[in-house]
Amino acid sequence: MLEIKNITFEADGSRKILDDISLTIPDGKLICLTGPNGGGKTTLAKVMAGVLTQTSGQIILNGQDISSLDPTERAKAGVAFAFQQPVRFKGISIRKLLSLAAGRALSDEELKAALENVGMVAEQYMERQVDTHLSGGEIKRIEIASVLLRDAKVAIFDEPEAGIDLWSFNNLIRVFEEIRDSRKCSLVIISHQERILSIADEIITIQNGKLGLSGTRDSIFPRLICKNDCTDRGICRMEAAQ
Amino acid sequence: MSDIAEKTIDRNTADLLKQVADFEGKFKGAFNIRSNGGCLGRKSSENIKIESKADNPGLDIYIAPNTKGETVFIPACVTAPGFDDLVYNDFHVGEGAYVTIVAGCGIHTETGEPARHNGIHRFLLAKGSRVLYVEKHVGTGSDDTQKIIDPVTECFLDEDSYLEMDTSQLGGVSKSTRNTKAALKDRATLVIKERLLTDRDETAETHFSVELNGVDSGVNLMSRSVARGHSHQAYQSVIIGNNKCHGHSECDAIIAENGKVDATPELYANSGDAELIHEAAIGKIAGEQIMKLRTLGLTQEEAEAAIVEGFLA
Ligand SMILES: Nc1ncnc2c1ncn2[C@@H]1O[C@H](COP(=O)(O)OP(=O)(O)O)[C@@H](O)[C@H]1O
Ligand SMILES: [Mg+2]
Repeated sequence: MLEIKNITFEADGSRKILDDISLTIPDGKLICLTGPNGGGKTTLAKVMAGVLTQTSGQIILNGQDISSLDPTERAKAGVAFAFQQPVRFKGISIRKLLSLAAGRALSDEELKAALENVGMVAEQYMERQVDTHLSGGEIKRIEIASVLLRDAKVAIFDEPEAGIDLWSFNNLIRVFEEIRDSRKCSLVIISHQERILSIADEIITIQNGKLGLSGTRDSIFPRLICKNDCTDRGICRMEAAQ
Repeated sequence: MSDIAEKTIDRNTADLLKQVADFEGKFKGAFNIRSNGGCLGRKSSENIKIESKADNPGLDIYIAPNTKGETVFIPACVTAPGFDDLVYNDFHVGEGAYVTIVAGCGIHTETGEPARHNGIHRFLLAKGSRVLYVEKHVGTGSDDTQKIIDPVTECFLDEDSYLEMDTSQLGGVSKSTRNTKAALKDRATLVIKERLLTDRDETAETHFSVELNGVDSGVNLMSRSVARGHSHQAYQSVIIGNNKCHGHSECDAIIAENGKVDATPELYANSGDAELIHEAAIGKIAGEQIMKLRTLGLTQEEAEAAIVEGFLA
């Protein structure tokens, strides 16, 4: 269980990006964080992963206060985080990055499985560099694969759908459901995507740095309005109601 | 002639040979081992003849036309403090030959005066030949002794020839001035991959000058370097397009601690059909790269090491 207690984050010493956020991520559940752009979702995810340090408040993982742990210690404690904007590396291969994520050299078989999870053909990708030659959708899927390889207690995915083709997306939904069903770890998925929202156990909205609606999927889902700014893949982006 | 050296090879020299030329007690193919100005062993093959120069210290290496898939090793070592080695090696690559040339240099000193190796290599590629040239430079022993390596490389590429030069200097060389010049005829291609790592008070200067004289000739110059400690690197590349040609140079440098890097790219298009591009980026390791690896459980130091290792691989 991950408990977020009264988290406030101020940028530039004063502007409140997160304002007194408290929520609980229960074990083995799939939680969707949604809400308007600029609402503070990514900032909250980064605070959870230790990439940003909260101005005040606490983060408790299975009873242990991890608020002051740095990102390395946070990762070792079992928090994993897939960046919204994946990072590119000149000279690091997909094999190497995924092996670093797993904490050991992966066999070809293991790599194959990890890449298939995100809809990629291993033979074409294993030795490729995680650099600017990968497309947006490819690097996004590598980012997701790196987090799926962590032996995490809580795995956070920041808009995993962005830039991903429908086929890989269907695959990804299946992977998320499998993880949820195995109850191996809690999933926190930041998303505007209807299909992801529809598999959530709970939906939490964040806007203007504050917690908005939160509750079970069935209680929140109908209250989210589709503003019909659908993408070209027919994927419906949802915006939280005020 | 035997596969192994005729004279005994001491431990330091053997270590250097292993580092610069993957020496495991012997070489598979033609070779010449130079050590402190002398010759520790030489072997020609049917297609590759190695001969001493009459006028200057050094060798003429003749690679017969249409030689396919052979490798020739021409490593040089300096292990005597104060020794100043100067050598001229000319590689005459016959028409249609496809070969690999391994010609690194290592210096090992523990005490004493500066040791230096100055290797002047000329590559004469005949029509349609293809060469992979692997050049590793290392310095080992005490950091308190000066180890200087000043390679000069001149490349003449005839029509349809191809030269790839993989050159690296990944530590221990106190001072280095690296001069590479090339002239290309029609449809000739030159690819240069340079990897440099400097630390402490080391300095490395790199000059590339490439003349694209032939129609559809091309050069791709890729340099990656890391400057740590108080080290200093200067990179200069000059690409001259005298014909319909394409030139690309890319200089990526990571600076850490108090390392300094200057990069001066120069492009000269003397033909309306020359296409020349230069890209350069110098900076610290991106914070977000370190952060990503830390979220995978690596410490700050482990993350930096993994990034540098990959970058220079
Ligand atoms: N490093 C930063 N410094 C200052 N402001 C930031 C920084 N990162 C994000 N912001 C601002 O914080 C707000 C929340 O951003 P973000 O967490 O990315 O929102 P979301 O992920 O919900 O779209 C936005 O107004 C954004 O411009
Ligand atoms: Mg965001």
